[in-house]
Amino acid sequence: MGNVLVLAEHRQGELRDITFEMLTLAPSVAEALGGEITVLLLGNEIDQMAEKIAGYGVKVLVVDDPLFADYNSDKYQKVLSALIDDLKPKLVMVGQTAQGADLAPALAVEKNLPYLSDIVGLEVEDGAIKVTRQFYSGKVNARYAFKPADTALVAVREAAFEAAAPSAAGAVEKIDSPLKEDLDYRKFVEYIEAEIGDVDITQSEILVGIGRGLKEDKNLPLAEELAAVMKADLCGSRAACDAGWLPSDRQVGTSGKTVQPKLYLCMGVSGAFQHVAGIKGAKTIVAINKDPNAPIFAEADYAIIDDLHKVVPQLTEKLKELKG
Amino acid sequence: MKIFTCIKYVPDTSEAEVKLDAGGTAVDSSRFSFDINDADNYAVEESVLIKEKYEGDVTVVSIGPKNSDVMIRMAMAKGCDRAIRIEDDRIASYDPLMVARVLAGAIKDQEFDLVFTGCMAEDYGQAVTGVALAEILGIPHAAYVKKVELEDGKLKAHRELEGGLMEVVEITTPAVLTIQTGINEPRYAPIRGIRQAQKKELKVVNLDDLGVPADEVSAEASQIVLEKLYIPVVESKAEIIEGAPEEKAEKLASILVKGGLL
Ligand SMILES: Cc1cc2nc3c(=O)[nH]c(=O)nc-3n(C[C@H](O)[C@H](O)[C@H](O)COP(=O)(O)OP(=O)(O)OC[C@H]3O[C@@H](n4cnc5c(N)ncnc54)[C@H](O)[C@@H]3O)c2cc1C
Ligand SMILES: Nc1ncnc2c1ncn2[C@@H]1O[C@H](COP(=O)(O)O)[C@@H](O)[C@H]1O
Repeated sequence: MGNVLVLAEHRQGELRDITFEMLTLAPSVAEALGGEITVLLLGNEIDQMAEKIAGYGVKVLVVDDPLFADYNSDKYQKVLSALIDDLKPKLVMVGQTAQGADLAPALAVEKNLPYLSDIVGLEVEDGAIKVTRQFYSGKVNARYAFKPADTALVAVREAAFEAAAPSAAGAVEKIDSPLKEDLDYRKFVEYIEAEIGDVDITQSEILVGIGRGLKEDKNLPLAEELAAVMKADLCGSRAACDAGWLPSDRQVGTSGKTVQPKLYLCMGVSGAFQHVAGIKGAKTIVAINKDPNAPIFAEADYAIIDDLHKVVPQLTEKLKELKG
Repeated sequence: MKIFTCIKYVPDTSEAEVKLDAGGTAVDSSRFSFDINDADNYAVEESVLIKEKYEGDVTVVSIGPKNSDVMIRMAMAKGCDRAIRIEDDRIASYDPLMVARVLAGAIKDQEFDLVFTGCMAEDYGQAVTGVALAEILGIPHAAYVKKVELEDGKLKAHRELEGGLMEVVEITTPAVLTIQTGINEPRYAPIRGIRQAQKKELKVVNLDDLGVPADEVSAEASQIVLEKLYIPVVESKAEIIEGAPEEKAEKLASILVKGGLL
């Protein structure tokens, strides 16, 4: 049977969007493989989450146990490993997230599963699963097949699929935890919330974003002066924050902030999907980049393909004139 | 502290036009410039910081071509003590599970407390090798690590989750940590270090030297098949502002102001 097993992801009491994004992808796969969808939910006191997932017309297997109060890749791996033996799913789906990437590779090794990470497409052709993923931050797409195997494993990129809407009532089934004792080699200690800085960029109306293309911190005034005439706050890509040009609370993207300005103007940002995920809420996007193939242009409303050093100082001057 | 740090030589494609070969199965990399993978650069720095604080030594491991020796020497110039470079055409280098097996082959019989990898190599964006390596070595791991605390023989790793939230985990050693960018400020190699690096040991080995059976890490052993590569069609709804730089600036300024965006 071509069953699909989806690992639900949640954190601090909330189901994460990736869970529902996988439920967009799973039905067509399950149908093409002639199987059913089972969602595995691990946690403690998670009845409401289980009900919510069941509302997507799927069967939810729940391990509700204090041992799973916090995520722990090794514990998750033990349960998934036992369930793969039990259910023999054709395909297992997890999120390509800080959780999935911490878990799936080890599971693949343990169970000798064919595994592909960070997938952006999945189709079934004549009963065979074909997977699309990307090289070089999206400049090349790669299509893969799995060699014949009882079970294959994929990790699905976040925000690559739109979250499904609830459909029919499904069913919730509680199972005993295959894990009986706590592990002594990896323990959850605590969460530490991201620091709050002087400006909350999630509330900014106008943002100027900088990326690695700015090259050196001595070029920062270029962006600062533009931001001043635009009455904008400054933010940046991960590369810009890693370089220390901006504090990390100004980072936009999956591991930074999700912003929703009226206007986002970025320079020297390539538009890696981790960055783009954070600007989906921007109303108007202007991108300045000298590489005509930069993925950021796929998101932009206005594009300037040029050297930022040539364009940005002029832009600042023109805006000064126009705004008097 | 004995540390093994895995580094990869990757092309910088952020500004390059990527072209495929005629068959659409390989990328024409002849015009790319290569350097150490971004996250691995942070992993090198972290291992050297730990060595400086707690004593010990760092061995660099890399699977790659002769050209990558410059990267390896640079890591040694920054303070790593020796290096192993693995070069063997039989490795299915597109499959991170095979790569992890080869790395494990180079590390498993050595004495070590920590193994560092980058969290992800920028070329194929897989984020698989480090965690797979831990499982093959049979030791704990933590992925996406942005802070390492070593106190009283205990290892605490701060894992970066989405939205900048950190998850602190305590794990036993030996362990594999996959290092996230931004964990430290990678140093520039000092001139003296660059000179010393030339004298440090760089061993070049193949699968037979490592005792890794080729048929366990080759394309036959890999369970994935890379069928084809293609350049995705970018669907852009963007209005492209044309002209000389000054004209572009003027047009954009006018769009922003007259269009009521500012
Ligand atoms: C787990 C994980 C989480 C991540 N989270 C985030 C995140 O939250 N946010 C984020 O941004 N990234 C994140 N990243 C990193 C992401 O993958 C990219 O590496 C990063 O976004 C690249 O930043 P960049 O665009 O500034 O640099 P690059 O990709 O290096 O791009 C630089 C761009 O500048 C252009 N350029 C260069 N010179 C000029 C010039 N003179 N004029 C005009 N243009 C020029 C180039 O053409 C290029 O497109 C994450 C990665 C991982 C693995
Ligand atoms: N060829 C290689 N040689 C040495 N280390 C590698 C190699 N490939 C991957 N790695 C390590 O594994 C990490 C993750 O790579 P990946 O799983 O390909 O994203 C990299 O950051 C490196 O530390």
